[in-house]
Amino acid sequence: MKKYKDLSSFAKTNIKCYGIVILAFLVMYPLQSSGMISHSISGQLVPICTYVVMAISLNLTVGFLGELSLGHAGFMSVGAFSGVITAISLSAAVPSPTIRLIISIVVGGLFAGIAGLIIGIPVLRLKGDYLAIVTLAFGEIIKNIINCLYVGIDEKGLHFSMQSDAALGLSEMGRVIMKGPQGAVGITKTATFLSGIILILFALFVVLNLVNSKTGRAVTAIRDNRIAAESVGIGITRYKLTAFIISAMLAGMAGALYAQNLSAVAATKFDFNTSILILVFVVLGGMGNIFGSIIAATLLYMLPELLRGLADYRMLIYAIILIIVMVATNSTQSKQIIAKIKSSLRTRKSNGEGADL
Amino acid sequence: MTKMVPLPSKAIIPERDAQKDPILETHRLGIDFGGLTAVDELTLAIGRTEIGGLIGPNGAGKTTVFNLITNVYKPTRGDIMIDGKPTGGKSVSQVSRMGIARTFQNIRLFSDMTVIDNVKVGLHYSINQSLLSSVTHLFGYKKSERDADERALELLSFFNMKHLARFKAGSLPYGEQRRLEIIRALATNPKIILLDEPAAGMNPSETAELMENIRRIRDKYQIAVLLIEHDMNLVMNICEGICVLDHGKVIAKGTPDEIKSDPKVIEAYLGKKED
Ligand SMILES: Nc1ncnc2c1ncn2[C@@H]1O[C@H](COP(=O)(O)OP(=O)(O)OP(=O)(O)O)[C@@H](O)[C@H]1O
Ligand SMILES: [Mg+2]
Repeated sequence: MKKYKDLSSFAKTNIKCYGIVILAFLVMYPLQSSGMISHSISGQLVPICTYVVMAISLNLTVGFLGELSLGHAGFMSVGAFSGVITAISLSAAVPSPTIRLIISIVVGGLFAGIAGLIIGIPVLRLKGDYLAIVTLAFGEIIKNIINCLYVGIDEKGLHFSMQSDAALGLSEMGRVIMKGPQGAVGITKTATFLSGIILILFALFVVLNLVNSKTGRAVTAIRDNRIAAESVGIGITRYKLTAFIISAMLAGMAGALYAQNLSAVAATKFDFNTSILILVFVVLGGMGNIFGSIIAATLLYMLPELLRGLADYRMLIYAIILIIVMVATNSTQSKQIIAKIKSSLRTRKSNGEGADL
Repeated sequence: MTKMVPLPSKAIIPERDAQKDPILETHRLGIDFGGLTAVDELTLAIGRTEIGGLIGPNGAGKTTVFNLITNVYKPTRGDIMIDGKPTGGKSVSQVSRMGIARTFQNIRLFSDMTVIDNVKVGLHYSINQSLLSSVTHLFGYKKSERDADERALELLSFFNMKHLARFKAGSLPYGEQRRLEIIRALATNPKIILLDEPAAGMNPSETAELMENIRRIRDKYQIAVLLIEHDMNLVMNICEGICVLDHGKVIAKGTPDEIKSDPKVIEAYLGKKED
């Protein structure tokens, strides 16, 4: 029998997670502001922060709720574009870039949360791995919609079109925010390393607290044994939805931050590959292991950058390193994945719980 | 054998059903799986503090009865009332909140969670904590968790499991996992608890302890117990009313003494040359 170190484990996880983020900030911030690190690395700081948030938030869905999501980048996308539209719309009304950034992140989170609600209500009622399929489709649909979405603003307000920027019918004073395949353009770069760190801390606060609460216990109980959770009165759909929506909201907030670190961003940035990349961070960092997500997202996001010198072989080596890490972490994580795949196959096969409930 | 609670002792017997104030009633309950009639014409009543037994050969439909009562299976025919209220159209979790708790023939714990957290999941609906305080750990979070810990530990100590509170549920020995499942069910503050083969896989001394615990549960919490068990010694010792199922149908109802001498029961068991 293994003593489960619980009493202090919440505190330990907290110290580890908040500690590493604050430490990273204390080390990198002076280096960045004094210009001691290369441009290419300092340009990666905000993206790394957003991907850390993405990994933390996806871990809530995959690790704690035990549902597979293959479209997490879709929520990032919803957050990114709704955030950018908000920020640009407010550029006259709200002069402070910081306040604009905060408002746009909140709006990005809300829109992504609504998307999560719309997907979650029908899908999370079902037993089985339907969420994977539907989120996969969601990611693609969002990408395609945004790819042909034109948005502009003038003194009369926002204009939308699915045809062209001319069809927006903007006045002289008007300005195009989104140009179909080109995505959002003319974004004011308001995201900073500090704002990225604060968003990570916020995501940590939400997820770590949630996991160690009445709601979090219900969510984990559903993952561990849905039938038993139901038998003690836990409303399955309600708690699945809660966790999924919070996960989507955090992804949307990360998306809004990410977009405002660029001058233009297209929908193709948030495609299936991005969703898989985030899933890889979560899986390699460990399901339900928030600290692991932080580390995995940071290292794996930087890796291709560090390998840049190797030119064409870059992605090959990246893939090899991924495989090595995967094998090296075989002990627990990969076993969990295999167990998950197996159990999902089993539930598919027997379809229902059979007689020995 | 102590009969400390006089009220309902033989409520399972049909003639006396009407005089009772039953906590659980089923009326002509039945379910078909395709062509198979797994349970048929089941009419039962369990008194408020009765210990009832549901016995029968393998495949008789006992677990199916539990799944019907808890709405895991929707009945093909008949009605179920818990504390006078019908359960029709309710979800499994809603039925649980009407005051019914259960354990499973194949243990279903939250194995990756600690023992105390398993109990706290059982306490879920009595923990006064909003989503906002879950997320922020403010607004009464500390107090609600402290109260929950206190109640969980109290339940655990009632069953001598307090020292195991911080262990992972999945790492406990078999007998203790079974006990934890009962504690988790009790944590929901039920009016009736259903135990599916609670003594399965236990040695005689563990079984003796279990019998004692079942009586203690009834006496302390003043609730009804309905149990499925193959261990005849246990059933005859602690059950006040017994219902025998065979091929989904009730073949006998009565007190342990009546059941022991019922020829149909003997035939059902000996015919399958078991026990
Ligand atoms: N979901 C289901 N689908 C089809 N048949 C079922 C289902 N659940 C139970 N049955 C059938 O109903 C019958 C009764 O099963 P049940 O599990 O209730 O028996 P039991 O009395 O609990 O037996 P045991 O003592 O072995 O636990 C069996 O023939 C079983 O195969
Ligand atoms: Mg059974």
